[in-house]
Parts: sequence; C-alpha cells; structure tokens
Amino acid sequence: MSALDVLSIRKDFPILTQKIREKPLIYLDNAASSQKPDSVIDAISNNYRFDYANIHRGVHTLSQRSTDSFEGAREKVRVFLNAESVKEIIFIRGATEGINLIAQTYGRSNIGQDDEIIITAMEHHANIVPWQILCEQTGARLRVVPMTERGELILDDYRSLFNSKTRLVSIAHMSNALGTVNPVAEMIKTAHSHNVPVVLDGAQSAPHMTTDVRALDCDFYVFSGHKLYGPAGIGVLYGKQALLEAMPPYQGGGDMIRKVSFQKTEYNDLPYKFEAGTPAIADVIGLGAAIDYITGIGLDNIAAYEDDLLRYATEQVNQITGLRIIGEAAHKGAILSFVLDGVHPHDIGTLLDTVGIAIRAGHHCAMPVMDFYQVPATARASFAMYNTEQEIDVLVSALKELIKVFR
Amino acid sequence: MFEDLRDLYQEVIFDHNRNPRNFRIIENASREVEGFNPLCGDRLTLYLNIVSGVIEDASFQGSGCAISTASVSLMTEIIKGKTEGEAETLFSQFHKMTTTEGEVDWAAIGKLAVLAGVKDYPARVKCATLAWHTLDTALKNEGQLSISTE
Repeated sequence: MSALDVLSIRKDFPILTQKIREKPLIYLDNAASSQKPDSVIDAISNNYRFDYANIHRGVHTLSQRSTDSFEGAREKVRVFLNAESVKEIIFIRGATEGINLIAQTYGRSNIGQDDEIIITAMEHHANIVPWQILCEQTGARLRVVPMTERGELILDDYRSLFNSKTRLVSIAHMSNALGTVNPVAEMIKTAHSHNVPVVLDGAQSAPHMTTDVRALDCDFYVFSGHKLYGPAGIGVLYGKQALLEAMPPYQGGGDMIRKVSFQKTEYNDLPYKFEAGTPAIADVIGLGAAIDYITGIGLDNIAAYEDDLLRYATEQVNQITGLRIIGEAAHKGAILSFVLDGVHPHDIGTLLDTVGIAIRAGHHCAMPVMDFYQVPATARASFAMYNTEQEIDVLVSALKELIKVFR
Repeated sequence: MFEDLRDLYQEVIFDHNRNPRNFRIIENASREVEGFNPLCGDRLTLYLNIVSGVIEDASFQGSGCAISTASVSLMTEIIKGKTEGEAETLFSQFHKMTTTEGEVDWAAIGKLAVLAGVKDYPARVKCATLAWHTLDTALKNEGQLSISTE
C-alpha cells in the first residue's frame, strides 16, 4: 500500500467511528458524497462562532474577518486548480449549478438554431439536462459520443462528430456511474483544433486526482465541495477570464453590480459579476479548509492509495460467482459498479445496510448508462482515502452471504 | 450475518421472488397498466380481467427488487375472485399497513402481512406499494395506462 497513514486519516473524520445497527460503519458511498474531517467542521462552526458577518461591504471587524477568510478560500481554490487568476474562480452551489450557468450565459449568447453541442454517453444527468434545456430554447442539437462495452469513449467517433456547426463540448472528467477516467487532455486538443471550447465536469474527479486547468487547457471546469470532503451546497466554476468577461451575468442582485440606477446597471468585475446575493460564506471557508486538508495529504498520494483499493476490491469481487462489474475501463477511479444475478441492487443496498455497509443502489443519475448496459440499476461501492482493505473484505464476505440468502 | 433482515425479508418474500405467481401475460385483458418507479427502475405491467365487477384473472410481467416482485405476486393471488370494491378496500388496508399508524384490519390483510416490515424502511415503502398503486389505477380506469411513483 502507498504512503498514506489511513488510521490517522480516519481519526480526522468523526462520523466514521459510529456504529450502524450495532456494526462499525463502512462508508462506501463516496461518489455520492464524502464525509467531512474535523478541520472542515471546525472551520464552518468557528466562522459562525467568532467571525461571522456579511462580506465585502462591511466596515466593521467581523465583516473584514469573514471577507478575508472568504477571499482566502478563493485563492486556495485558484492554487488547487492552478488557475491563472482568482478572477476566474466563481463560487456557485455545486457542479450542477455551474453547468446550468454556462448553458444559460455562454450558451444563450453563442449557441443558436441548428448548432451542435457534444456530450458523451456516460454523462450524469447534470451534464445532459441543462444542455437539453438550452437546445429547447435555441433549436440547437445534442450529439453524443458513444462508448464501448467496457465503458470507454470511442474517440474516432468523437473526432468525426465535429463539423462547422459544433459550438461546445461538455464532458465528465470521471464517470460517476462507471468510474471511467476520460482522456480529456486529448479530447480538449481535438476540440480546440476545431476552435470549439470545452466544459469539464470535475464533480467526480476533483477529490481523487490532481487537476491543472492550465495544463489541461479546458475552457470551463466545475466541481462540488461536498464530494471533496467539504460542505454541501458550495462549488466552483472556473472559466478562462476572456470567456467569463464576454459572458452576460447569470443572476442579477447585490454584489454583482458596480452602479445601479433605474435607467441602467453597470456590472461588477470578475468574479463578482457571477456572484449575486450573499453567498454561503461559512461554506466557502469550509471548502477552503477541505482543500487545505487534501492538499496536506497530497492528491497524488490519495490517487495512488485509492488505485490500490480499487485494484484489491476488483480482484476480490471478481471471485464472486454471478457478479458482473459494470464499467471496466483501463483507466478508472475508485468506483465499483456491479450487478448480481438474481439479486436486485436495491435488495443488495438494504441488506448491506443491516450490517453497517453504506453503498448506493440505483441509476446514479445516469439513466442513459443503465439503458446502455440494459440494467434497471446497479449497486455501487465507491472508495475514498479513509477506506481500508479490511472494509473491502467485510463487503465481499457480506456479498457472498447475501447470495446464499437469496438462492 | 444478516440476523436483522428477517423483519423485512421473510421467507415468503424470498419464495415469491424466486417463483413469482401469475407471472404471465393475459391476452385481451380488460385492464392493462404499467407501473414504473423511476427511483429504482422497478417496472411492472399488471393485467386484469374483470367480468361483471369481479376480478376473474390477474397477472403481471416486469422486473424489480425482491420486495416489489413479492408484493405484486402476492397481490395477484389475493385479488383473484374479489370484487372491485373488495380489492379497493384491500388497497387502502395495505396502504395503511405500509405507511401510517392507522388501525389495520389484519384479518383482511391475511398473508400480505409479510410485507408489514417495510414500514421501518422508508426507502423501500414504494417497492411494496408500486403494485397496489398500479392496481388502483387499473380499477379506476378502463383500457391501457401507464403510471409512475414519482
């Protein structure tokens, strides 16, 4: 195993010490949302306890303290993504809101009748529906990059989708339903060779691998705090400055303006132009603490450890007769989606819960992926840096027992 | 290992899941309703033959979890030979048993009582009630229809 002190990491997560139905909690639903370390919980509660006030225009001490922490978190995000400027870091509610923002601002200004938007066969509903709404509004069309049975995008087909009508590409860096890590650097190069900008959905990848938006050269990037050991309800939209400057605002209100009269409003500079209203101040500060926490451990260390966990889990579950893994891409994040002969995923989920194991059962907000594999749902175990091989052993023996009960 | 599961998964449920009763199509059924639970992908089609207000035959097709499969299988057994009114009464009894604290007529419920455990598993209540909501729609509407739990 890699150089990661898992036992000490586990001590940082208070929720992990509890018992569920008298069994130690084994939390394997990290792709849906991950748990929070003390440092994140403390950052939020300390803000409310000692420093809380509204930010940006206050002249008093508390407002200044909150503003400093809030803008400090923005700088942490900038470093985390290796963006050029904090002007490119917009706080939003989560990856979903980020994609909707891009669709309704960049999309409404640049995409019209008969234009085409490329997405992939493995997208989360959050990277399908906002584009369908835009298509309904503008008469544009969605084109979908197909995938193989293993859950890998067919890049030849991707390349052949480009034509003079292609206006935007929006792809998941990592699939939440399959675990596939897509070759986004290469896909971005292809799109740029056709002068088409690319949106990267980093909701699933951001907690598990290093992200460098300048090296990837993506035009937009979104992620959610809650999957990154941070608070729910906060996320980040990164956009290249020139693109963001040319875009109209998403919502109007306080903070996003410079001057307002009944005749005309002058919008604020980036990033505030896209941050109307009082934001989730404490949660932004909590997100900053989450970034400190994972960068302290090191994303490369986390990725290597989770890779070992995935390899171990894959070997173990492959020995279970009647179990089929859904998503077997060569490059995968620590997500194990599977179906069991004769046992519906929801029954697997309920039965595992009775022995303290939390997994996800369902369509994982990716119904087209379920249709592709012709399954109504899958069971999904998704791992994080605080999971252990011992926990995987408990999962595997529970699955073996469960099959006996059902047959 | 799974000592706690018997509250929810009684042997009768496993039995009906392994060998669902009335798992077939009724050609020219007088009622045919598809029930769908988009949350878990459970999908079933219920067929009824109603003659002079009596359910002469009931069957289903589809796929779902053990709870939903056992529920629809048991339901098709118990409603056969009942009048539409009697089936509606059973629906409301079943609904009470799985969702509220209301007084349940256990004599009328009969062997459907094996599904009473879902009450303690809120995430699974819809698995058990999908069949009955589909029946309710079938009783209130003639011909072919489709419903969804969400």
